[in-house]
Amino acid sequence: MKRARVAYKGMIHQAVEQDGMLRLDDSRVVAEDEVVWLPPVKPRTVFALGLNYADHAQELAFKAPEEPLVFLKGPNTFIGHRAETPRPADVTYMHYECELAVVIGRPARKVKREDAYDCVAGYTVCNDYAFRDYLENYYRPNLRVKNRNSCTPLGPWLVDAADVPDPMNLTLRTYVNGELTQEGTTRDMIFSVPDLIEYLSSFMTLNSGDLILTGTPKGTVDTKVGDEVVTEIEGIGRLVNTIVEEKYVTC
Amino acid sequence: MFRATAKFLGKSQLEEVRIHLGDYTVEYNGKRYDTSALKWDSPATGTVYGTALNYQGALAALGDAVYESPYQAPPQAPVMYIKPANTLIGCGQPIPLPEDVTELEMGAALGVVIARPAFHVSEAEVLDYVIGYTVANDVSIPHRSVYRPAISQKCRDGFCPLGPWIIQREAVADPDRLGVRVYINGQLRQENTTANLIRSVPRLIADIAEFMTLNAGDVLLVGVPEGAPLARAGDRVRIEIEQVGCLDNIVVPEQELLGGGAA
Repeated sequence: MKRARVAYKGMIHQAVEQDGMLRLDDSRVVAEDEVVWLPPVKPRTVFALGLNYADHAQELAFKAPEEPLVFLKGPNTFIGHRAETPRPADVTYMHYECELAVVIGRPARKVKREDAYDCVAGYTVCNDYAFRDYLENYYRPNLRVKNRNSCTPLGPWLVDAADVPDPMNLTLRTYVNGELTQEGTTRDMIFSVPDLIEYLSSFMTLNSGDLILTGTPKGTVDTKVGDEVVTEIEGIGRLVNTIVEEKYVTC
Repeated sequence: MFRATAKFLGKSQLEEVRIHLGDYTVEYNGKRYDTSALKWDSPATGTVYGTALNYQGALAALGDAVYESPYQAPPQAPVMYIKPANTLIGCGQPIPLPEDVTELEMGAALGVVIARPAFHVSEAEVLDYVIGYTVANDVSIPHRSVYRPAISQKCRDGFCPLGPWIIQREAVADPDRLGVRVYINGQLRQENTTANLIRSVPRLIADIAEFMTLNAGDVLLVGVPEGAPLARAGDRVRIEIEQVGCLDNIVVPEQELLGGGAA
């Protein structure tokens, strides 16, 4: 089943996909452009992987890590499907990252690779934008690069794990204004989904609602204000995001 | 006497208490208790963000390494990290010592608790966005490098004792002049002051709010002084921050704790 969290007529609803429409938890059926899409899960702890595809590590001139390169993200950064991500006026390089997001479904501690899929509730698509101008070599990738407001679209759907027979064999694609700019497969992850669950749960407890963003393959390019960025994973979903100018008022 | 919010073990919601810092007692439901007589849970409701290298001595300890590989240059923006939900425990709760480790660093940190969403705020107005202060112990497995996020060293279960309470902002005359002391088994092992912060509390919040929102309930740890003392199994650790409170915890081997995690 494909599940979503949406706002409709002033209320937040759980919804499921039904013949291209959304069936809300009160059984109303609405079109997908009638709702505001929220991230399909309210993230608890969010782990993100850096350099988890050999070709992307090479693209960034890094050698593949021997231990997973993990960083954490805060709740301020997540937005839903069809939302907007601001591009700061001073950046020269802002790139998308199409990633398979794993949603943990139950407490997990010291879980072995072979049992790891039992802890997974489902999967969704994440676009983990990065702003390379702000990279510094302290706790890299630092929060100024990876934890800006509204810079991590997530969704549209949480797809039940039972409906994803092999998460390690999915094609990822990104389109900028309709043009294919990134293509890869989850087969090429350095640390697979079971590897990552085994690794993280070896030293800490994972819990329901935790998310693992599993990294991105080669093909990240700069994006500009006005660009429509679609990150898509076979069988999981097609996540649409638009880049807008950053506007704010300083007190 | 100051108001504070606290969470007691076994209670599902936050409570309001009154703190008498003079004799270190707590008024709750019309009765007065010794702080040590109550069982505390972490009072944090939002995300706990930490700041590395924000004490002059902590940055100085890196020396010329900041100009060398892998750092290449001294830090420009605040160096931040997250202490995730599994790390949070209350005052009096055991700090789990992982099986493969003999000593843990006790990271004494002032925690600033945010009142309402803070984004693009001027330094002069920052304190309007603060609801209160707390004491945190940013526990780490000793490690030298600050190049990559230290998840396996800083994010273990129970690695962020916090509390005992969030004391109201008015209790603190100046957050940039607070003595910070760490006692292990009653012995003073570290003494420093928030006057040694590189970015003052208002400057730090303003610089973070330049690129992300600090939300209501989020806790910002403003930094850990250089020379964090080490603690071993059985050690009683007290972190004292003037005008805010004292955070007490004991280091206990994780295999002695239920499920190997926080009690």
